[in-house]
Amino acid sequence: MEKFTTFTSRLAPLPVDNVDTDQIIPARFLKTTSKAGLGDELFYDWRYDADGSPKPDFILNKPEGHAAQVLLAGDNFGCGSSREHAPWALAQYGFRAVISTSFADIFRGNSLKNSLLPVVVSREVHGALFNAVAHDPAATVTVDLAQQKLTLPDGSSVGFPIDEFAKHCMLEGVDELGYILQQEAAIGGYEAKRLLSVNTLAST
Amino acid sequence: MSQANGTAFKPRTIIEKVWDNHVVAERERAPTLLYIDLHLVHEVTSPQAFAELRKRRLKVRRPDLTLATTDHSIPTYDRSLPILDKLAGAQIEELEKNCRDFQIPLFGPQSDKQGIVHIIGPEQGLTQPGMTAVCGDSHTSTHGAFGALAFGIGTSQVEHVLATQCLLQPRSKTYEVRVEGNMKSGVGAKDIILNLISRIGISGGTGCVFEYAGSTIRSLSMEERMTICNMSIEAGARAGLVAPDDTTYQYLSGRPYAPKGADWDRALGIWRNLPTDDNATFDKRIDIDASSLEPMITFGTNPGMGIPITAPVPDPSSIPDPLERDSLNKALRYMDLPSGKPLLGHPVNVVFIGSCTNSRISDLRAAAQIFKGRKVSPGVRVMVVPGSQQVKKQAQDEGLDRVFKDAGAEWREAGCSMCIAMNGDQLEPGQYGVSTSNRNFEGRQGRSGRTFLASPLTAAASAVTGVVTDVRELL
Repeated sequence: MEKFTTFTSRLAPLPVDNVDTDQIIPARFLKTTSKAGLGDELFYDWRYDADGSPKPDFILNKPEGHAAQVLLAGDNFGCGSSREHAPWALAQYGFRAVISTSFADIFRGNSLKNSLLPVVVSREVHGALFNAVAHDPAATVTVDLAQQKLTLPDGSSVGFPIDEFAKHCMLEGVDELGYILQQEAAIGGYEAKRLLSVNTLAST
Repeated sequence: MSQANGTAFKPRTIIEKVWDNHVVAERERAPTLLYIDLHLVHEVTSPQAFAELRKRRLKVRRPDLTLATTDHSIPTYDRSLPILDKLAGAQIEELEKNCRDFQIPLFGPQSDKQGIVHIIGPEQGLTQPGMTAVCGDSHTSTHGAFGALAFGIGTSQVEHVLATQCLLQPRSKTYEVRVEGNMKSGVGAKDIILNLISRIGISGGTGCVFEYAGSTIRSLSMEERMTICNMSIEAGARAGLVAPDDTTYQYLSGRPYAPKGADWDRALGIWRNLPTDDNATFDKRIDIDASSLEPMITFGTNPGMGIPITAPVPDPSSIPDPLERDSLNKALRYMDLPSGKPLLGHPVNVVFIGSCTNSRISDLRAAAQIFKGRKVSPGVRVMVVPGSQQVKKQAQDEGLDRVFKDAGAEWREAGCSMCIAMNGDQLEPGQYGVSTSNRNFEGRQGRSGRTFLASPLTAAASAVTGVVTDVRELL
């Protein structure tokens, strides 16, 4: 995992509540066995017509949406399916953070494991950000994970919450598996004491 | 299920008990390390996890607690035919190779035990009270019907569980959903869960685990409880469970992987201590009066957009919040529906009876009860897709397949099918489908397709009339 560093970027506004992971990456693109190419399929059905031509009104097809590293989305972003292909697609496209008032649990967890930062802001800040980009599409924000600080287009800044462990992993560019593997003794100890378990499947 | 618990005197919910029993380590500034008893694997969300294991030269720690099947991308046509979709075929072959290489048991395409991952776990007796169960699939909440803490995970966590049998997890809030009263004829488990989601919304359960309790839940069969737990995620809760009782034990007893003999007695002793203690408190609670419920149907593009079947589609102008109003307007545009009148009588192109929500034998019996002696309305395509090969066999033994075929419905092989529309079973653009599945998101069942979620009874009734129908008119 790449180390997460402070960055400044324009915002791609997507003023839609409850964006589900089927919209982020439609299921027909999940027949892949790798992670490659998913960025091209991001928001496919909102981004492209049935014949594959870009829909000019969709934010990623507008000049102001190009090269934005921050997606500004509505409430409860990433609901629905647990597919990690959703954060893979967002990150491959070039997004490094998503700002919303709330995120669905599984999506939030998946994003944190892929250097994609879910930034939760208040309803007031959320509304102000949409107003700011409507007024000036080139408006930028600065995302500082170490300080848990989001600098708004007007120069003011707000804090955002993040799980301490996930923050550490993102800043250091390490993944959770390494940490879990270090706890072999505790895992082995637990297994020795398990009272009840399913019958072994090994003989199936 | 071990670990002396240090909080024996504090009344606990079943959610906390199962959690406490699986804590491997709790370190400062890190989430809890939780042990996983059962890991279910399928072809779509696992290949990248296995690839990472190979890269890191790691083994699967507990293949004996892991089971794989093929369900999402597998075709539901004759299994003796080759898989025409090359990508799907390659994905299934990849799972077969991964299972061979890492010694994981697999109920593959030719197995008589193949089926949707959330159907086969319970059916084989693998899902048991008090367990932790995970799968790279959000509908893993289904297994909560047994009093298991079961939730969906992403592919990174699939890799973690394969390698260590553990997960790092933050503790969830507890949310009691209390359902009391007798349901009217034509109303069932699907209507209870669609009602809950319509009331608390699709993020109402975010950060929570539900416990479904109350006299109505106690009166439900295991299959009905699975339908309810299955859709917990549609209300935003990663997991939802029902405390085990005699209904649970009767269902489990004698199943292939259920404990036997002295092991069974010992397990029962442990299981009986799982239910929520008197005086335990929940972080949140909601009450549902089952006696007031009607058959439910969704009209919009998320599972929270549901109404009693006789009620009008809500009018956006009546909604004060501008973003909520926009959402409803957007949904009605996508669905091409007017507001202010019920869906009753709206034409239907396709009816899908299947999915991990409603493809068990009792669902098929309910649908067959409506199809018996009737015909599918001309021009309507009806797909009946059993949840597993075992369900298929049982249905055929009971003659249900003949009922479906005589009515003019398609009787297909087991899989997720049109619930996720990855395998060629799908709506055409603009078509309306009544579906017993769990998601009505834009394009979920085929690009530009439009989904009405409902119970197997409502789906079957709509199939024979060709329009959205109140099943009570046919009972």
